Amino acid sequence: MLKYTEDHEWLRSDGDEVTVGITKHASEQLGDVVFIELPEEGREVEAGEEIVVIESVKAASDITAPVAGVITAVNADLADAPATVNEDPMGTWFFRIKPTDASAVEGFMDEAAYQALIG
Amino acid sequence: MAETRRTGLNDLHRELGARMVPFAGWDMPVQFPMGVMAEHLHTRQKAGLFDVGHMGQVLIHPQDGDIASAALALETVIAADVASLPEGRQRYGLFTNDEGGILDDLMFANRGDHFLLVVNAACVDQDIAILQGVAGVTVTPVTDRGLLALQGPQAAEVLARIIPEAADMRFMDSLTLDWQGHALWFSRSGYTGEDGYEISVPGAQVEAFARALLDHPEVAPIGLGARDSLRLEAGMPLYGHDMDAGVTPGAAGLGWAVSKARRTGGAREGGFPGAGVILTELAQGAASMRRGLRPEGRAPLREGVVIFPDAAGGDPIGTVSSGGFGPSVGGPIAMARIPAEIPEGATVHAELRGKRVPATVVALPFITPSYKR
Repeated sequence: MLKYTEDHEWLRSDGDEVTVGITKHASEQLGDVVFIELPEEGREVEAGEEIVVIESVKAASDITAPVAGVITAVNADLADAPATVNEDPMGTWFFRIKPTDASAVEGFMDEAAYQALIG
Repeated sequence: MAETRRTGLNDLHRELGARMVPFAGWDMPVQFPMGVMAEHLHTRQKAGLFDVGHMGQVLIHPQDGDIASAALALETVIAADVASLPEGRQRYGLFTNDEGGILDDLMFANRGDHFLLVVNAACVDQDIAILQGVAGVTVTPVTDRGLLALQGPQAAEVLARIIPEAADMRFMDSLTLDWQGHALWFSRSGYTGEDGYEISVPGAQVEAFARALLDHPEVAPIGLGARDSLRLEAGMPLYGHDMDAGVTPGAAGLGWAVSKARRTGGAREGGFPGAGVILTELAQGAASMRRGLRPEGRAPLREGVVIFPDAAGGDPIGTVSSGGFGPSVGGPIAMARIPAEIPEGATVHAELRGKRVPATVVALPFITPSYKR
């Protein structure tokens, strides 16, 4: 089951890893994505740390680490095809993270709570 | 803070699904459902309709009835050749200050017995105050008309279907034409690098006229987001970013706007604010100028990014004044004020998130304009 952050990321738990992308709402707010810079695999990150740079035709923004942990994989295809994020945001992952605290993901919003947040 | 103002197309924008943002005190569409990238490419391939009703339109009438005296009066505040502009033609000019900085840029048109000025929304109050200080002219802000821009290779073809005479206009012509009994003020110009028109329409008719254009399948509504990427590719400066009160015409790369007649040795040399500074700089060549940059890779260089000569160390040589992604160029593009002596084709380095990205200095514009000369 997907969880959602207030920063409009979706989180999908796969075993002891969490896969992270951005929601359709976030991709619509960003507009056409033209550049994505991903973190290095193996990097240890803090919760809330800005680890992805995402730029649309309009502006630059960041994606933060939803939880503390280690980056285990990144979607390197995005560097050459950033528009994928607009075409299929819910099917486009940015990175996988192994949380320091395995239960850290449980506190995030479910689908209904997220839908209520974005109205 | 004054209330946000709405153009005569506000309801239409909302009906068309625009995302509205505050801009220079106005509630304006930044993009439509098509999105900035597609809106940009549509304008370059077909025709885009822009609401530029936030911009200031001002009429300048000579108090003695002689347009030539109004032209000379305007030359006391505008660093351009106004006096030689024939009836039915438009020119680009700059309001300057005593230090030689740029207070605003504008278009001015000779409409026979008066001039029509189009100025930036954020500067309109300042500009009107400047104009009201000019002796011998009557200043009339136009508050009851909207302003549209129809831009793109199919703009002329579409417009000719409803107003055939518009097709005969050349680049920078200015003309009043009738539409359903209403006087529309046309200029063949724009801010995209494409052929096209800017059209001043009576407020009561602006929505109907916009709908009449949008009825044609070639025409799509375009927001301020694509307007910015289009003008950036066209190498056109944006006031408040690529130039401001602290930037001279020479440094802004706009020395060409200070026409020969107003330059040292010209027929009406100087006589505008900051002329001493501006003309000396133009004669010697500005030390730093607005130049084009093509960064390596895909990362856009935004306004404020600092430019260095080398890949490491050294002192900054300039700052990006406008930058982003050029949809038609297919990569990031930027404009920065950097030393004029750096040759085209040289590599400079932009500091981005702690790393230096190589960028090639290129000539402006980034695309080849297609004006109807």
